[in-house]
Amino acid sequence: MEYPSSLIEEAVNQISRLPGIGKKTALRLALHLLKQDELETTSLTAALAKLRKDTRYCSTCHVISHTTDCTCKTIKTDLSTICVVEDTPDVMAIQNTGQYHGMFHVLGGVISPIDGIGPDDVHIDTLVKRISASNGEIKEVILAISPTMEGDTTAFYITKKLKGLSVKISTIARGIPIGGELEYTDEVTLGRSIISRRDYHQD
Amino acid sequence: MYLEKLTLTNFKNYEQVAVSFNPKINCILGLNGAGKTNLLDAIYYLTFTKSAINSIDSQNIRHSENMSALVGSFIGEEELMVSCGLRTKQKKIFKVNKVELDKMSDHIGAMPLVMISPDDTGIIKEGSDARRKFVDGTLCQINKAYLNNLMQYNHQLKQRNNLLKNWPHGKPPDKDLFAAYDDQLCKLSKMIYQVRLNFMESYKPFFLAHYEDISSHKESVDLIYQSGVSIENYEKLFKENLQKDMLLQRTTMGVHRDDFILRMDDFLMKKIGSQGQQKSMVIAMKLSQFDYLKSKTGKTPLLLMDDIFDKLDDLRIEKLIKLINGEEFGQVFITDARPDRSQMLLEKYSMTANSYLVDKGQVTAI
Repeated sequence: MEYPSSLIEEAVNQISRLPGIGKKTALRLALHLLKQDELETTSLTAALAKLRKDTRYCSTCHVISHTTDCTCKTIKTDLSTICVVEDTPDVMAIQNTGQYHGMFHVLGGVISPIDGIGPDDVHIDTLVKRISASNGEIKEVILAISPTMEGDTTAFYITKKLKGLSVKISTIARGIPIGGELEYTDEVTLGRSIISRRDYHQD
Repeated sequence: MYLEKLTLTNFKNYEQVAVSFNPKINCILGLNGAGKTNLLDAIYYLTFTKSAINSIDSQNIRHSENMSALVGSFIGEEELMVSCGLRTKQKKIFKVNKVELDKMSDHIGAMPLVMISPDDTGIIKEGSDARRKFVDGTLCQINKAYLNNLMQYNHQLKQRNNLLKNWPHGKPPDKDLFAAYDDQLCKLSKMIYQVRLNFMESYKPFFLAHYEDISSHKESVDLIYQSGVSIENYEKLFKENLQKDMLLQRTTMGVHRDDFILRMDDFLMKKIGSQGQQKSMVIAMKLSQFDYLKSKTGKTPLLLMDDIFDKLDDLRIEKLIKLINGEEFGQVFITDARPDRSQMLLEKYSMTANSYLVDKGQVTAI
């Protein structure tokens, strides 16, 4: 595509590197910014620069925060359970359920040698240390990792690493979404939900 | 089920062609390079959602064109209109009765099909991967769970091999990490092994009977399934192999090393079999694939026979013709570069068949 100026071209190239944004959307965004007040653009770039510079990860649970010591140990939280997730969006998703009040641990990825990600590239060692250092205060580890093959491998590896520490390990259930129709559920999920079915209480 | 009508637009060497077929036997005749095999490939395409010859979709579009369309009307218990649209640089669109398919794999197996082509002797001559591919290709048509397990197995195997390849030299292996892969691979191995074992049980009798029939009891053949999973303490041995795997940088045990040994008179077929005998064996394997699919699905598969008479002696050809003319077989497509031979055979056995002459991308019924 021909651009009216090299400045626009450079901006389009940079913006289109973001996930989910193609050249056309990038051009639209760039032209939009030009139309607006200059202040809007500078406050956007300032916010982005600040985001990059000031963002810290909690040294305990690896959740994004503005200090290296986040609120993961407030009085409100249940200190006896840890929920292990892949990334920060998963933390927000689980928090939004309102069903979980314990602590989190963000791995920052899953083990996948094909993509060059080994166990040392994800925060498993800190999880093990965290649990062994708690002196039995942490009673349960909930593995809430996406049910992909890499996710399963990672969960398996964590389980092996936690062997010997007296902590209960559980994993989130897999099955049919609430409000979903049985006949449209894929065979693998439906099969799993049959295998891991639950007893109905009659009283 | 049979193919009633096939319409091709810009597919391989065909610009525009529409052909109606006989529900029983169809002879496709023509010179080398006329497009006989391409016609069979189009039928294969509509049932397997891909070409049997060239897996790159864009290369199946006629030269200097940018789109191609294949449409087939299949008549069975219900009428099925299968169509496929190919475009350069775009995803192909597959429709069954005008409804677009989400997953191509959902269509595979819906219309069973067996193709016999001259390249098939590779099943005998090549390494064990060619034989596994043949067995897996048969099983995946009827067993979705098997396909799923196999895909998972291959994926995890790739991960483990990658791990072995990139492990820092001299660093002791992370036992827990390998155990994570080993446990999953062993579990999947056992499931795959069991399905292959069951397959052999029902497939082998078909195979032995077909070979005896084609060869008129001249040679005795055997088919043996060989798998590391069958040995005792499989899981323990798999794990003990880690040192060796580290050294070789690949996984040395598992169902990806399975083989299906083909023997003739107690020797390996690929070592002592003549070209004609190997071809007879391949035909027996494919015909038993036909029987197996039929027994498991209850549907009669389509049979495509590409250049089948080549390298076979007259006695074996006759046996084959009598066989496909029988009740057990449904619609059959045969290609032959020698029209006189096919015409003579059709007359000799008074077969109800349609013949077509293929020339320069045109198909005419004769």
